[in-house]
Amino acid sequence: MRHEHVNSPCGACCTQFKHLTVTLEGFSVLEDISMHLHCGEMTAVIGPNGAGKTTLFQALLRQIPYRGEITFSNAEGSRVGMPRIGYVPQYLAAERLAPASVQDFFIAACSRFPAFLPPGKRRRKAIEEALARTGAQQLIDRRVGALSGGETQRVLLALALTPMPDLLLLDEPVSGMDAEGLMSFYRRLDELRKEYDISILLSSHDFAFVRRYADKAALLDHRLLAFGSPDEVFAGETFAALFPGVAVEGTGKLAGEGAQP
Amino acid sequence: MTFLTDFFWGWTQYGFMRTAFWAVLLIGPLYGLLGTMAVDGRMAFFSDSLGHSAMTGIALGVMLGLETPAWAMIGYGIAYALLLTYVKARGAASTDTTIGVFSATGLALGVVLLSRNGGFAKYSGYLIGDLLAIEPGDIAVAAVLLAVTVLFWALFYNGMLLASISAPVAASRGVRVRALETAFSCLLAVVVMLSIRWVGTLMLNAMLVLPAASARNLARSVRQYHLISIVLSLVCLVVGFLLSFAWGTASGATIVLTLAVGYALSLFLRSHGVRREGEG
Repeated sequence: MRHEHVNSPCGACCTQFKHLTVTLEGFSVLEDISMHLHCGEMTAVIGPNGAGKTTLFQALLRQIPYRGEITFSNAEGSRVGMPRIGYVPQYLAAERLAPASVQDFFIAACSRFPAFLPPGKRRRKAIEEALARTGAQQLIDRRVGALSGGETQRVLLALALTPMPDLLLLDEPVSGMDAEGLMSFYRRLDELRKEYDISILLSSHDFAFVRRYADKAALLDHRLLAFGSPDEVFAGETFAALFPGVAVEGTGKLAGEGAQP
Repeated sequence: MTFLTDFFWGWTQYGFMRTAFWAVLLIGPLYGLLGTMAVDGRMAFFSDSLGHSAMTGIALGVMLGLETPAWAMIGYGIAYALLLTYVKARGAASTDTTIGVFSATGLALGVVLLSRNGGFAKYSGYLIGDLLAIEPGDIAVAAVLLAVTVLFWALFYNGMLLASISAPVAASRGVRVRALETAFSCLLAVVVMLSIRWVGTLMLNAMLVLPAASARNLARSVRQYHLISIVLSLVCLVVGFLLSFAWGTASGATIVLTLAVGYALSLFLRSHGVRREGEG
């Protein structure tokens, strides 16, 4: 085994999907998906466009009806139920001029205290601490619509970690970031899962990243076609059939990987 | 000097002016508050269409033989808001097209019904409204509307704000985005319907949208946004109201012009760097 969770105090808690099936308007989008996500592990969902990655996320967020089971249990087995999910969307809907600051965004998301009243020192300090997890504390008074792509991702990630979730869900978390921002974002994810022992599930088109950082890759095209270590999945025939331009036969090496440091 | 004294205090000797003034003190903050979310939620066109199509509500009230068409208008407004939210959610056509169709139909139907016996003229007051026709009972209505809106804000503003920044994040945190949007549409519908007699279908939307739109030019946080919108709405309503009395002009239209001046001022202040953070 490549991953023994040496940094992880638990590794025994997990989120499981069993026979997850989603049918939308008579069309079967996801069929019988079963997966096991351990704590501290990063799993990447890959697959062609329209494979059902977004649908899988929507089902996990309970935004669309599904059949099957999604359960979480902690290491002691004392808490069993739906996982607490921290969700990082691809982008924000806020207009550039929208008069909402990062602080307002946090208060609206994390508390019942009305965001239009003065928040008080204690509440502000808590938000600064939450933002500091992703090095975003200096963004607290910026307007959310005026953040750059990388800044937005840091704020969204900090928010998704407040309160600390069981499962961190990231939908194509790379839009609007330059190469350097990308690397530090991935490194940060890597640190977070070790430090806080959370499972991370993300969808990605960046195979080089998946290979480098993910513990597991899940190849999805309406069904779960392959699930295992990225090396195994990329070397498999199903992957080669779906992405003929990417896989280099036999070696499991990926075209374009040399570009990454 | 006497001019100024007259301007500020001359009107107080008239009972109807005093009544109207109290109402203005209530509806100013009301519109300032509601407008922030109407603008954030891109619902300016929706509230406009609500106002226009209210003609059908008025016609229904008249045909039902009600003494005041208020109840028929409230019922109609809520039905309109629910239907429009439903059609919008189905997503058959783009939202502004859908709203445009609804607005035009509601207005036309109302005018046809009201002009059946050739007598639309007596309803034309609904087009521009009359603050001076406000009765003491209306003050109570305005107070209740303001109280309900403040309560709604205390309970649901966070959810609405979150949904306007990111609907998926809101949903992932248990906010019932659709239900909140529907509830806010209904609240807006009731306020619009009850306000029409005071400020008229043609002027109402400007009063809802302009204070918030001006505040948006200057605010850097939700708190500033609310503060500026509410204060500006209150100040412009009072100033516009007094000017309309001094000039003998229609109150609603005079207020809207005052608000437009406020908006121009906000644009000027913005372009002169009042909002100076790292704009990215």
